Amino acid sequence: MALHPRAASVPAGTPTRITQGSMTKGGIGESTLRPDGTLKVTGEFAYSSDMWHEDMLWGHTLRSTMAHAAIRSIDIGEAVATPGVYAVLTYDDLPAAMKNYGLEIQDTPVLAHGKVRHHGEPVALVAADHPETARRAAAKIRIDYAELPVITDEASATAPDAVLVHEGRTDHHIGHVAHPNIVHRQPVVRGDADAAAQRADVVVTGDYVFGMQDQAFLGPESGLAVPSEDGGVELYVATQWLHSDLRQIAPVLGLPEDKVRMTLSGVGGAFGGREDLSMQIHACLLALRTGKPVKMVYNRFESFFGHVHRHPARLHYEHGATKDGRLTHMRCRIVLDGGAYASASPAVVGNAASLAVGPYVVEDVDIEALALYSNNPPCGAMRGFGAVQACFAYEAQMDKLAAALDMDPVELRQLNAMEQGTLLPTGQRVDSPAPVAELLRRVKARPMPPEQQWLSADAGGSSVDVRALPGGLSNTTHGEGVVRGVGYAVGLKNVGFSEGFDDYSTARVRMEVINGEPVATVHTAMAEVGQGGVTVHAQIARTELGVSQVTIQPADTRVGSAGSTSASRQTYVTGGAVKHSCEAVREQVLEMGRRKFGTYHPAWATAELLLEGGKVVTDGGEVLAPLAEVLEDEAVDIELEWRHRPTEAFDLRTGQGNGHVQYSFAAHRAVVEVDTELGLVKVIELACAQDVGKALNPLSVVGQIQGGTTQGLGVAVMEEILVDPKTAKVRNPSFTDYLIPTILDTPSIPVDVLELADDHAPYGLRGVGEAPTLSSTPAVLAAIRNATGLELNRTPVRPEHITGT
Amino acid sequence: MRVNFTVNGRKQEVDDVWEGESLLYVLRERMGFPGSKNACEQGECGSCTVRLDGVPVCSCLVAAGQAEGRQVVTVEGLADYARHREDAHPGTGCATGACGTPLGTARSRQAGDGQGTEELSPIQQAFIDAGAVQCGFCTPGLLVAADELLETQPSPSDQDIREALSGNLCRCTGYEKILDAVRLAAARQEEAVR
Repeated sequence: MALHPRAASVPAGTPTRITQGSMTKGGIGESTLRPDGTLKVTGEFAYSSDMWHEDMLWGHTLRSTMAHAAIRSIDIGEAVATPGVYAVLTYDDLPAAMKNYGLEIQDTPVLAHGKVRHHGEPVALVAADHPETARRAAAKIRIDYAELPVITDEASATAPDAVLVHEGRTDHHIGHVAHPNIVHRQPVVRGDADAAAQRADVVVTGDYVFGMQDQAFLGPESGLAVPSEDGGVELYVATQWLHSDLRQIAPVLGLPEDKVRMTLSGVGGAFGGREDLSMQIHACLLALRTGKPVKMVYNRFESFFGHVHRHPARLHYEHGATKDGRLTHMRCRIVLDGGAYASASPAVVGNAASLAVGPYVVEDVDIEALALYSNNPPCGAMRGFGAVQACFAYEAQMDKLAAALDMDPVELRQLNAMEQGTLLPTGQRVDSPAPVAELLRRVKARPMPPEQQWLSADAGGSSVDVRALPGGLSNTTHGEGVVRGVGYAVGLKNVGFSEGFDDYSTARVRMEVINGEPVATVHTAMAEVGQGGVTVHAQIARTELGVSQVTIQPADTRVGSAGSTSASRQTYVTGGAVKHSCEAVREQVLEMGRRKFGTYHPAWATAELLLEGGKVVTDGGEVLAPLAEVLEDEAVDIELEWRHRPTEAFDLRTGQGNGHVQYSFAAHRAVVEVDTELGLVKVIELACAQDVGKALNPLSVVGQIQGGTTQGLGVAVMEEILVDPKTAKVRNPSFTDYLIPTILDTPSIPVDVLELADDHAPYGLRGVGEAPTLSSTPAVLAAIRNATGLELNRTPVRPEHITGT
Repeated sequence: MRVNFTVNGRKQEVDDVWEGESLLYVLRERMGFPGSKNACEQGECGSCTVRLDGVPVCSCLVAAGQAEGRQVVTVEGLADYARHREDAHPGTGCATGACGTPLGTARSRQAGDGQGTEELSPIQQAFIDAGAVQCGFCTPGLLVAADELLETQPSPSDQDIREALSGNLCRCTGYEKILDAVRLAAARQEEAVR
């Protein structure tokens, strides 16, 4: 993801591959348990919605009921007069010249000004002494809307007389898009697709539709803003990137950044949905206006409006192959709907375009990806980030091509699989392991789940467990009309922020002696959103510093930026920063030891020294001194930034450039059973194989893969935000109507973890979180197609798509 | 209005409750029990699950007044609840004596990597050990539901576990480690019986 490309000034990456190789217990490679585990199982872990302050008020947001409308007037009189109400704020109350925010393009109004551009846009804020009082007062605010025509798709966005979603654009993409309702467009062109198409014996094309998915993190947007005596504000909030929030919040409040002090509260999941701001500025505005602490907590209905979603997409693909199955060319066009505000759309476009080919070798390609501005809900980051939509389409194409060639779909993929050394359509050479064919081999070689697994043998022969059948306890079938299908898919995802973004992290590491024991303290601003970064940071500190006691400080803005908990990047980048700072601390500790004890033992000068088990030892295992004696009452405390190697922007016409840091790969095999009469699908097994370079915490790695796989399953068979095409209003903002997989919908997910080191990355690791979300969806779709023989070019698949009713 | 009920074995009296407040709101915002979570507040996600007179319920769907005079167990009291169950009916694991499931002694088997300084119930420990906790927002509700499952059904099949926990959404784990945790707690409790 590239938000502020600045290729030229990025310093070279620091090599961090070398580790001292300490065998200290609880170090990297072990499945150590979460340091926050006990707090989380006892209910004591403080999430952002758990914050409480004496004398606090409750904030509430009034949101637009229209998708596109001019605001003729706002009457807050009755709301202000409501007993218990302390403040009602609209656009006119914003204190600073800066009234917009945004990740890359500051196009999002803090509160609507003159018009609303999507259903659920914030228009006014209320603070009251009870949440219900605030809600009821907000309902008394009278807004006079004049409806405007809605832009809902590419045709309406780019029509000659189309209303502009944003007039007078001045952002840096406006110069290279064909219409102001296009946020960003990125072609990737390599070779000569037209000429190569002449060599194709078989050509397959397809048009694919990807529905709008919601992150559906369980912890709602929430936080507490506390005004401070110096005129600033303390904000306790759940986010993915504290410093990015800070950069957007402070200017709107009219405060210098050091007067907005942010502390990460417990985060109940994120998956991309907390990259953008939600209640942060609103709570601060109300707190500063009232002089009282203000808590805001969205309910689920509001949460569906309170964050961006995954871009829905329309994709056209054409693949050609020779009759022996070699890909000749690929052409595609990917249209992403970015909704009313830019959010991360430009970077999603970059990903979709640069990863559109998937993990295959195709020398002649013609790719175009773009994102629209529309009056649909804003879309931005979600796990998989532009690569998910493309993977759904190119994997459907691979199956189509295999059928046209009468080849096995896995063999076709393996025949064309990229590997280390492959030149991607962007011209970037993949310089670390890319075991695509091997991952496919592994999922294919796995034994199949037993046929008719709903039957269990008992005394009277066999009985049916309907829970194992499509329809489950609804008892819709005992096996009649149920057909099994098997499908495969593999994907290609980048790791880390791309396109020249200065993607660094910061870690402060301190080592001192407490009660006679050496203790390391790690302080970063990394957002722990559930992924287990805090576990891994402690493991890295143990490995690098040879201590058993590690304290992880709460994440806040007193330490430098850690970058976002996004793009599968935190273990790589903030993990790399922790390692880097630990190495500096270690070097300083050894220097202290040499000064104190060097004259007593020659090994201080001559041997390779390690920190292990709380002692300084030689690589031969001889103990030179306990760390407690080296440090005594001194502390070593170092804060350093760390960067991975720089990337480059993509050329705006050709898409050429070394745009990505690292690639990651996962493959899935889905086994489904479909009740063809009712169109009900039960996924029986969703096996995954993934290369992770090095599993720093194997238990957490498998947990990430299973969780990512399940989100891919969700968008295959149930998850979609439905937007009325006539009004652009959201029709299902609730967990009653927007379904995510339950434990009954989720199959067994066996995981095969490969560890082929990437020599450029700390410990050889490869980002894990997103790759499984890519291939899961197309594997399930392929399995349903295999079971039913239907084409199924959209996801999610609903019963009516299977039954045709 | 004033509401009186028992939370985790202690009698509580709460004043100034507005009639529209849910049990979840009163627990979280008026009584200092934020462990039960507010993920949907519409009875779909199960993260606010508590025991009300022994029955698992979504506390967001219970009006606070409905709890008057009743017994509530939240995740904060789960460890005590499991311990009392064991004390009252050793080897049975059931507060009523009808369930035949021991829980307390299962704790004697391994307990994490030393972080378990607090007394945890077997299902809490199993969630930590199995890696069933990621963001943890669904965890309190799942723990209350899973504890009730093991109380009534000491050796559940995978399908039984899935059925019992189907009202609890988790967005992080893909449920595999949650199944592992329930299996682990069941196995430990079985081992403790022998």
